[in-house]
Amino acid sequence: MTDDNAELHHELRQYLIGFALSLALTVVAFGLVAWGGLAFKTALATIGALAIIQIIVQFRYFLHIDLSAQKREDLHLVLFTILLLTIMAAGTIWIMSNLAVRMM
Amino acid sequence: MTEQLHPGLNLGPQHGKAHEHAETVMFGFWVFLMSDLVIFGVIFATYVTTVNPMGIAGGPGPADIFDLKSVFIQTMLLLTSSLTFGIATLMLRHKKGVRHVVLWLSVTLALGLGFLIFEVRDFSTMFANGAAPSRSGFLSAFFALVPLHGLHVASGAVWLVVMMMQITLFGLVPMVKTRLLRLALFWHFLDVIWIGIFSIVYLGGLA
Amino acid sequence: MTTSADWGWPLGVFIPEQLSFVRAFNNPTTSELIGAGAASLVVLGGLALAVFLIWSGWWRPIWRDWLTSTDHKRIGIMYIVLSLVMLSRGVIEGALMRTQQAAGLNGGFLTPDHFAELFSTHGTIMVFFVAMPFVTGFINYIMPLQIGARDMSFPVMNQVSLGLTVVGATLVMISLVLGQFSTGGWTAYPPYTGKVFSPGVGPDYWIWSVAIAGIGSTLTGINVAVTIYKERAPGMHLFRMPLFTWTALCAAIILIFAMPPLTVSTLMLAMDRYLDFHFFTNDLGGNMMNYANLFWLFGHPEVYLLVLPAYGIFSEVFATYSGKRLYSYTSLVYATMAIAVLSFTVWLHHFFTMGQGANVNIAFGIATMVIAIPTGVKVYDWMATMFRGRIRFSVPMVYATGFLILFVIGGLTGVILANPTIDYQVHNSVFLVAHFHNVLIPGVLYGMLAGYHFWFPKAFGFRLSEGWGYVTATLWIFGFAFTFFPIYFVGLLGMPRRSVSYSDPAFEPFMLVAVFGAAMILSALGALVVQLLVSIRKRETFSVPLGDPWNGRTLEWATPSPPPEYNFAIIPTVTDRDMFAVAKAQGNAFEKPAEYEDITLPKNTAIGMMVWVSGTGLGLALVWQVWWLVLVCVIGMLVVLIGNTFRTDAHRVIPAAEVAAAHQAWLDQIAAATPVGRLGEATPHNKGLAAQEAVQ
Repeated sequence: MTDDNAELHHELRQYLIGFALSLALTVVAFGLVAWGGLAFKTALATIGALAIIQIIVQFRYFLHIDLSAQKREDLHLVLFTILLLTIMAAGTIWIMSNLAVRMM
Repeated sequence: MTEQLHPGLNLGPQHGKAHEHAETVMFGFWVFLMSDLVIFGVIFATYVTTVNPMGIAGGPGPADIFDLKSVFIQTMLLLTSSLTFGIATLMLRHKKGVRHVVLWLSVTLALGLGFLIFEVRDFSTMFANGAAPSRSGFLSAFFALVPLHGLHVASGAVWLVVMMMQITLFGLVPMVKTRLLRLALFWHFLDVIWIGIFSIVYLGGLA
Repeated sequence: MTTSADWGWPLGVFIPEQLSFVRAFNNPTTSELIGAGAASLVVLGGLALAVFLIWSGWWRPIWRDWLTSTDHKRIGIMYIVLSLVMLSRGVIEGALMRTQQAAGLNGGFLTPDHFAELFSTHGTIMVFFVAMPFVTGFINYIMPLQIGARDMSFPVMNQVSLGLTVVGATLVMISLVLGQFSTGGWTAYPPYTGKVFSPGVGPDYWIWSVAIAGIGSTLTGINVAVTIYKERAPGMHLFRMPLFTWTALCAAIILIFAMPPLTVSTLMLAMDRYLDFHFFTNDLGGNMMNYANLFWLFGHPEVYLLVLPAYGIFSEVFATYSGKRLYSYTSLVYATMAIAVLSFTVWLHHFFTMGQGANVNIAFGIATMVIAIPTGVKVYDWMATMFRGRIRFSVPMVYATGFLILFVIGGLTGVILANPTIDYQVHNSVFLVAHFHNVLIPGVLYGMLAGYHFWFPKAFGFRLSEGWGYVTATLWIFGFAFTFFPIYFVGLLGMPRRSVSYSDPAFEPFMLVAVFGAAMILSALGALVVQLLVSIRKRETFSVPLGDPWNGRTLEWATPSPPPEYNFAIIPTVTDRDMFAVAKAQGNAFEKPAEYEDITLPKNTAIGMMVWVSGTGLGLALVWQVWWLVLVCVIGMLVVLIGNTFRTDAHRVIPAAEVAAAHQAWLDQIAAATPVGRLGEATPHNKGLAAQEAVQ
């Protein structure tokens, strides 16, 4: 039973680490906007980077997906989705902005 | 960690049949979430194509309608609820008993409802200020994207209530356990979507 | 809409003048009479069916054994029945359009509105309610058998998916009687389908039938993918799966990822129409171009989702009737996967002329042409499979060779269209209509008909009449050629698609040839019905209860025909590709296992029917804006779905003794039967036990 408790504490610590990291990343992102100072494009890039890091953090600590997973097919599923999503979202934005430029 | 049968937190072999049964249903639920992610993805892309003078069409823009403080509160509530749901699943995994599980689920439900209250309050302020979806393409896209996430949270809340009923009725039987595991996945997933919403919609709009 | 005033609140915007009978009575033009005639067919047919079922007492077994069944085989058959019923409506509509255009030099007999409704329902039905249920039905029936599984991973969800698909088909059929269907084509482009230009209920019928059926298809995709990943028999590695199962997996992946953009685009259109949103309107920041973008994000993967399983069927057919292993299995698998991924990268070629720059167009043009490469690989693989095979020119092989020749032509016109500069010349002409019929009919429909012929004896225990099969196949192949090859020429002459009439006399001769072809296709449909009736009448002569009439190669043939509800008495162990052919060659295909086990199966449930009823009610209520009924149906559906999760006794057990007895009876029959050689397949001697020949 003590083994189990140790494992529980270990896992609980993982969740808390994930929470703390997410919290920090969120506060920094909101702070950037609340107190301003950065140029629009720099701010956007920083917010984007922070968001991607936080998504990875949440996948790692809350959803328990990581690179060392025993079952690679799960990671493949997520990566394949991201590939298709990138094609769809980036394609949409590319096409629509290209149109917008030509229709101005 | 012991043997992994499916992505995400496993119940572990100490749960016997529930653990084995989880392999198929959890994988299926992951696939469903990825499909749902594509729904969000294309709406995100649509939203991005409307945040410009053409899409705003002379109506209120992001800076006129977003309330950063309220969004921050919502973010905190949802992030914390993700943690509390995580704790609930650990209580389940390590067999800490029905009371602990229900307690942490209740905390999660309360946080989720708090999130929804703040979100609805924001929307009604927007409507009162003339920022309704019928005003512009930009507002249409906003009101398709963010309330869709809210609707997911609301369904998650209903699901939580149903699960608490089933825990009371049946106890922590295998069927209930694997459903809780799926709901946990759903709840964490909604938090991930929210990262996209506050970064792209709110912070991107106010930066 | 203010027309609701007459009837007040309970029926929303419905008024009696919306009934097609009332319209035909008030204004008896040819178009309205045809519409009312079709509506009476639906009503009388429905009534006749109901009366017949009650009178014969068949409703009871149909309810017990079919409508409430969770057996993947029965669900698969019900999908195919749905598809064949809708096919007959779709073909008749197509023939009607051909007749109109044959008479269409400066006139014709249909009104433009009626013609527009015809091409909209024809397209919607053929894509969503013929091709998709046909494909889904085959995947449902065959795939679990091919991988040695007892059922799909989620049998109850499977039934719910079927229910949702039928909701869509039901709504399209109801639109014949109540109101009118959309006139905006199967793609329903706004702003034409927006409230300003189409204030009636037509686009709403389109939206809800497609959106509700689409959710069913997404669930099917999830179910199929999980089944293939998790339910394979021991030893069935991914690279030992039969090719049809591979194509089912790729189709499922496309369903999972391509249906969401459809759901999004249809619901956004609905929000524009119902809630005054501005996604695709002309004013206030709406942008209809995004609709085209979202719709084809779904639409292009969709056509590959339809054609890939047909490729799978052809692969099985070529291998079986050539008596050989598939040539270069691995390259076929990789080509399938490549097509599935590439299908997500080409959607812009549907709107080259929308106004984006040359760089965008050329990127998507090249991506489109690239798809021809894996497809070419497949064509060569199939030809190499036949090369030096011991070919029996059976009915599925007639379809398959017809497919090879015609599909390559259709594919090449696709490569022509993939060039943006050429597309600027021929876009929106009937050249395009000829192209996509040229890929969809030989590609998808012939594949499905080949599969229908190939697997019918598996599902029902008797063969289909070969004689009528040859007649049907020939009529389909030549009917297609006569109908659509002339249309290529008319397209190059500049005839716009979707036009009810034309003023250039040069089109007319081609249109007359095309209507001759349409008559052949109509006869093909008739021959299909005759074939079924003849085969049912002679089912004793055609019976093949032992399960392997064509000397099959994959596991679905290793069961009796029809297979027991649990598929396999004992789950097979797989050691090679084409496992059943290998086992037959080694002489251990029909062995008695050491022991049998109890088998757990899900109990019957009426949830699919409840979803169908509440879903149809919901769709109708939304179309006619009957808000109280919307509420009732939504609550009803939620109660059904959530209530179902409280069921705890959803399973039943078939005792091992019962399984053993059934298996032993089959093994005894096999031991007593005389095997039949490859040339005796089409004779009454064929009871489903194939003689073994030298394996290549």
